[in-house]
Amino acid sequence: MITPAQPKPLQGEPLVVHMGPQHPSTHGVLRVELHTDGEVVERAIPNIGYLHRCKEKIGESIGYDAYVPYTDRMDYLAAMNNNWTWAMCVEKLAEIEVPERAEYIRVFVGELNRIASHLVAVGTYGLDLGAFTPFLHAFREREMTLDILEELSGGRLCFGYVRIGGVAEDMTARAMDMTRRFLKQFRAKLDSFNELLSFNHIFIKRTANIGALSGEQAIAYGITGPMLRASGVDWDLRRDEPYSIYNRFEFDIPVGQGLKGQVGDNWDRYWIRIREMYESTRILEQVIDGFPEGSHMGKVPAVLRPPKDAEVYVRTECPRGELAFYMISDGSKVPFRLKARGPSFCNLSVFEELTRDMLIADVVATLGTFDVVMGEVDR
Amino acid sequence: MEHIDLYNLLKERFGEETVLEHVVTGDPAKGLRDPFILIRCEALPDICEFLKTDERTRFDLLHCISAVDRPEYFESVYHLFSMLLRHWAILKVRTAKTDPHVPSVARIWPAADWHEREAYDLMGIVYDGHPNLKRILLPDEWEGHPLRKDYTFPEHEHLREIGL
Amino acid sequence: MAYLKDLLLGFSLFQALPISVIYILTAAICAVVAIAAIAVVALVAVWFERKISAHMQCRLGPMYVGWHGVLQTAADGVKLFVKEDIIPATADKLLFILAPGIVFVGAMLSWVVIPLGPKMAATDLNIAVLYLLATSSVVAIGIIMAGWASHNKWSLYGSMRGAAQFLSYEIPTALFIIPPVLLAGSLRLGTIVDEQAGGFLGMGNWYVWNPFCLISFICYYVSTLAETNRIPFDLPESESELVSGFHVEYSGIRFSFFFMAEYADMFIVSALGVLLFLGGWHGPFGINHAFIYIAKVCALLFVTIWLRWTLPRLRIDQLMATCWKFLIPLGLINILGASFWMILTGKV
Repeated sequence: MITPAQPKPLQGEPLVVHMGPQHPSTHGVLRVELHTDGEVVERAIPNIGYLHRCKEKIGESIGYDAYVPYTDRMDYLAAMNNNWTWAMCVEKLAEIEVPERAEYIRVFVGELNRIASHLVAVGTYGLDLGAFTPFLHAFREREMTLDILEELSGGRLCFGYVRIGGVAEDMTARAMDMTRRFLKQFRAKLDSFNELLSFNHIFIKRTANIGALSGEQAIAYGITGPMLRASGVDWDLRRDEPYSIYNRFEFDIPVGQGLKGQVGDNWDRYWIRIREMYESTRILEQVIDGFPEGSHMGKVPAVLRPPKDAEVYVRTECPRGELAFYMISDGSKVPFRLKARGPSFCNLSVFEELTRDMLIADVVATLGTFDVVMGEVDR
Repeated sequence: MEHIDLYNLLKERFGEETVLEHVVTGDPAKGLRDPFILIRCEALPDICEFLKTDERTRFDLLHCISAVDRPEYFESVYHLFSMLLRHWAILKVRTAKTDPHVPSVARIWPAADWHEREAYDLMGIVYDGHPNLKRILLPDEWEGHPLRKDYTFPEHEHLREIGL
Repeated sequence: MAYLKDLLLGFSLFQALPISVIYILTAAICAVVAIAAIAVVALVAVWFERKISAHMQCRLGPMYVGWHGVLQTAADGVKLFVKEDIIPATADKLLFILAPGIVFVGAMLSWVVIPLGPKMAATDLNIAVLYLLATSSVVAIGIIMAGWASHNKWSLYGSMRGAAQFLSYEIPTALFIIPPVLLAGSLRLGTIVDEQAGGFLGMGNWYVWNPFCLISFICYYVSTLAETNRIPFDLPESESELVSGFHVEYSGIRFSFFFMAEYADMFIVSALGVLLFLGGWHGPFGINHAFIYIAKVCALLFVTIWLRWTLPRLRIDQLMATCWKFLIPLGLINILGASFWMILTGKV
């Protein structure tokens, strides 16, 4: 018996569009290969490496203290946190004591930088969805945090402020005043920001139930930071593995609850960052009330020579997730091997999985919630 | 679970010829640093599978994979963390300098996918069984693996491109 | 136009000419006025938009060229004129050059019937409303053409979206124009406006106070936002997704045609809204002047700009669902309601 040939369904080949490396909403030089069928994206493959600067190789050739400015340029939106992680890593490797005042200053700048970084994240996320005004409102607040950091460090983006053994300059009274003034109005400004963007009906329609990431999937892909917490995993290094002096402060860890849709959807990932800013202001208030007297710099040998074949792996909670440095010393003035685990790098690896069969507009909206900084992805 | 207990557990389960050594780095006189467990290269997927699924270990988060170029061998270092039990495991495998091969763990933790690609790209360790092992940071046509200690940087790459 | 013809014939110099020449002359003058009007409207509207958005965003906006940067748009215009004219190598040259022209012409055609004040239209066409609906579709052709001819995937997406969006939103726009037309019993804009004269405080007869026309007005306004490609409906352009959609390959003077057409379109739909629903040039207490009319149009323009800088963008499926599942059924019911209203109030 002859079976009649089945007519083939009419099908063309997918249209491949390259989103990036020059594209308004890839947040840097990320290239995403979109395999599209009309408006539907069948696969979105991220291509990275456009900003690769051999950071790990450079680390093997220059001294421990000279590497601090290089860490600035990894996650350039949260340079203080990167400096801090590096300093902590070297301090653990070479056993350097940090004075209490320096720890306070570190928490202070770290949290301020977290606010600045999250403001960029939520502001540009509005931009990704076509809302321009919230972006500038967020940048207005960010400007104030940068003014404070500038007062302390002299820099506005790449600070190089947190050094091995302490911080570069002591806290000033003027910076304290500026911070008090900033904190006095920041929550009200955030509330108005929420009215403008977070609870906007169109915004919720665009973000809720899109790109939901489950907690198990997030852990399997090694996702950390706000993205992990948005997926409902209650995990924050500042509370669960307290480093520095975080155990002295009282703050809550916001976790995604799926208020407007599923747990771990785009709106949740966005909302986590807003809530973290509220928590950061709480920490900042406690920090500036409890500043101890003392030195801002510990005793650091002129030439650092950590013990031979010592290995450390240090991670901290940066605004984008857990930044970790894996360092092996060979007893010389430079590290034998240095590996930086950028949180954005790991977070971005779930992107292809998450954006399967989405609309183009949703791919952009999902990428925005990842809040990637390409300097850290490519290193 | 303490790291040394983990080592004893693994040794008991897989035998001494597979789970080779528990090393505490640093100088005993000047203070100790992170420990690691050295295991045989071939047994890596089995051990990882065990570490992920066993009730006592439950390592659900692969935090990082780093490749290290030692004078005699390459190392692939796995930093594992358990979100449920909140403990660490640091595994190391060694592979030959010429034609280095390590079994892939991307099947066990999807997070390993990009980490292994990065290690392959920069250090040249081939991860067997990886679903998509190609360069990730450098261009596909790049020659050599820059993180190796014997890597010589191409001179005036940009000048050659414009014909100087 | 008739008014202008009579004016010209008032001069002895023109009386010597044959009447056909006079007609051509008046048409030419009207065309020049229309082009000048588009240019001026675009200049003012762009400045308006930049200043309003700046003040919404805690900035000052343009400040250096003229008083509070009032000449900034003119300076930008000069810059766009002298820029290099770039046509992509793989573009379909003919269509690429034609497209901005067609978009511009589409915007310009509407000015034939849009009055700038009482009796100040090029022609008071008796099917003006129908004519406007027809000419506004021309813009869609230009946009599809531009997207296709650019030979760029992003612009192709933009034009695909544009085609779907503009054609879909033509329907609700037309449906929501029908109630005031029914009430006035005419498609002539002058008649529709004059029907709205008088009433309480001189504003009581505006059609917007009629419940069905109020629904019409709001929904008409929403549809025209989509028609004119403004946020929250700026999907053919959608900067953050499609870079800048259908005009991604356009620069210099060709780009400025799209730009001017957009602002001219904005003005036209606002003007039509004022004419149909807000009593045209009939102000409170029987004041009746072109300035009243322009002020109302500016108020509507302000709302458009306000929305543009406040709201995020919709997604393509949400946009289509709004049109087909909400606006069109509502429009049909609304016409039915308005008809019953007329029967009940004895207007038929």
